[in-house]
Amino acid sequence: MIPPDDLAIETRGLNLWYGSFQALRNVNLRIRRGIITALIGPSGCGKTTLLRCFNRINERDPNVRTTGEVRILGHEIHGPHVALEELRRHVGMVFQRPNPLPLSVYENVVFGLRVHCSAGALTRDELDAAVESALTEVGLWRDLRDRLDRRATDLQLEQQQKLCIARLLPLKPELILMDEPCSALDVEGTHAIEELMFSLRERYTIVIVTHNMAQARRASDECVFMLLGELVEHRRTADLFLAPSDPRTAEYIEGRYG
Amino acid sequence: MGLLIRLCGISAILFVMGILLFIVREAAPVVVSGRVSLVQFLTRPEWFPTSEVHRRYGALAMIAGTFSVTGLAMLMAVPFGLGAALYLSEFCPPRPKEVLKIVMELLAAIPSVVWGFIGLTVLSRIIVTLTGAPVGVNMLNGALVLALMSVPIIVSIAEDALKAVPDSYREAALALGATRWQVTWRVLLPAARHGLLAAVLLGVGRGVGETMAVLMTTGHAVQMPRSVLDSVRTLTANIAAELGEAPAGSDHYRVLFLTGVLLMVITLAINVTADLIVRGVKRS
Repeated sequence: MIPPDDLAIETRGLNLWYGSFQALRNVNLRIRRGIITALIGPSGCGKTTLLRCFNRINERDPNVRTTGEVRILGHEIHGPHVALEELRRHVGMVFQRPNPLPLSVYENVVFGLRVHCSAGALTRDELDAAVESALTEVGLWRDLRDRLDRRATDLQLEQQQKLCIARLLPLKPELILMDEPCSALDVEGTHAIEELMFSLRERYTIVIVTHNMAQARRASDECVFMLLGELVEHRRTADLFLAPSDPRTAEYIEGRYG
Repeated sequence: MGLLIRLCGISAILFVMGILLFIVREAAPVVVSGRVSLVQFLTRPEWFPTSEVHRRYGALAMIAGTFSVTGLAMLMAVPFGLGAALYLSEFCPPRPKEVLKIVMELLAAIPSVVWGFIGLTVLSRIIVTLTGAPVGVNMLNGALVLALMSVPIIVSIAEDALKAVPDSYREAALALGATRWQVTWRVLLPAARHGLLAAVLLGVGRGVGETMAVLMTTGHAVQMPRSVLDSVRTLTANIAAELGEAPAGSDHYRVLFLTGVLLMVITLAINVTADLIVRGVKRS
C-alpha cells in the first residue's frame, strides 16, 4: 500500500458517461507522487477521458456526467466548495496538439500568473524572472531570450509544445497531465519532450496518456492499462511489460489489438 | 454554357462599373463646367437648391447629418451587438442559441420602411415624452432605428469571428485556471479582433447607406446638428426626397448625383477596409 501522503491522485468508483455512453467504469486508481505514470490502452479505452477528469476539463462538454470520487492530494475535487480555477492552478495540462495562446511567447508564459493574481500584485521584474526560469527549465531560454515578443503560434511545433509545458511552471503545479504530448511531433521532438519529462520528475507528478507503448516503456515509472473504460492493470512499468498479470494486458502489449 | 456561367460570374463587376460610370456621368458636367464648386459642395452647409436668387449647393450639413446619425447609432449598436455576439458564441446554451439566431435573422429581415414606421409612431412619441423635445423625429430617433437595424449584421459577423477562434485556445486558457470572462477578455477578443472590427465597419456601412428609415425618422431639416434632439437630414434621405422633384439635367439634378458619388465613395471605402481587415486575418 502507498502511504496516503505519497498519493497524488486517488479515484474511487469513478464512472463517466457521455450522454448515454459509459466511457469510464468503476475506476479505482492510486497514483503515486513524484513519478511518471503512463496511461495506456487502445483508442477509445477511456485513458484520455480519465486524464481529463483530474482537472475537470471534460466538464466543458455539457453531456458529461460523472459519479464517484476523485481526490487530488487528498482533496475531493467535486465538492461544492472546490474552485475550478484553483484546482487547475495546481493541476496543469499539456494537450495533444500544442496549443499556445495567440499571444507573445512572454505573455504565454505569464498567462497563468496574470489570471491568478490581481493586476497590481506582480511587478515587471517578477514576471521577467518567472519567464526566464520557466523557459530555462524547458530548455527554450537560449533560443528564445531575444524573441520573447514573437507570436507563440509562429514557433516550431516542438518549441510550441515546450512552451505549453513552460507556461504551467510559474503556477508551481503539483501535477502535470499530458495528453499524448508527442503525437504531433517528430522523433527528435518526441525525444526532447521525454528528456524534459525526466528533468521535471520528482518536482512534479506527471501523468501521461500515450498510445505509443515504446514511449510508455521508456518514459514512465508506473503504467496503467485500460480497456473499454475499465482499469485492467496498474504496476511498475518494467513489471507490466515483462510479466503482465492479466491476459488482456499481455495480448495488448504483444500487439494483438489496439 | 461555359460562357454563360462566366458571364454570370463577372456580371457583378459589370454592374458595379456600370452604376459608377452612370452616376459619375450624370454628376460630372456640373463640376466640370464650374457651375458648382466641389470645395463648396463639401464644405458649405447652405443647401438652397430651388431658390431663385440665392441658389446654394452645400452638402456639409447633410454630410454631418449622415455621420452624426451613423455615429450615434454605432455608439449604441456596437457594444450591444458585440455583447450579443459574445453571449451567443460563448455563454449561451445550445438550444436557446438556435432560437436567438433565428430571431436575429428575422430582425435583419424587417424591411426598412417598417423600421421607419416604428420610429415615426412609437419611438418619436417616447422621445417627446422622455426628453421634452419639440419634435420626436430627430437625430436620436434616426440613430435608434439605425442601431436596431445594424445590430443583426454586427451580431452575425461578430459571432462568426468568435466562432472562428480555435477551441484549443479556450481549452488552453481554461486549463490554466482562467475564468470564462478572463478567457473572453484575454484570449478571444484579441484573437478575433480583426473579424470584430470588420463587423463594426459593415455595421457602419449599413448605417451610412440606409435611406428609407432615416428619411422617415430624422425630421429632414437641413441644418448643422448641435444636439441629439435636433432634426437632421442625411445624404441618402436628401437624394430620395429631392430627385423626383429635380428637372432631369438641371444643376440640382446633377448635384444630387454628385451626392450619390460621394455616398458610393464613402461606402466603398468602408467595405474595402472591412474586406482588407478580414483578409488580413486569413493570411495570419
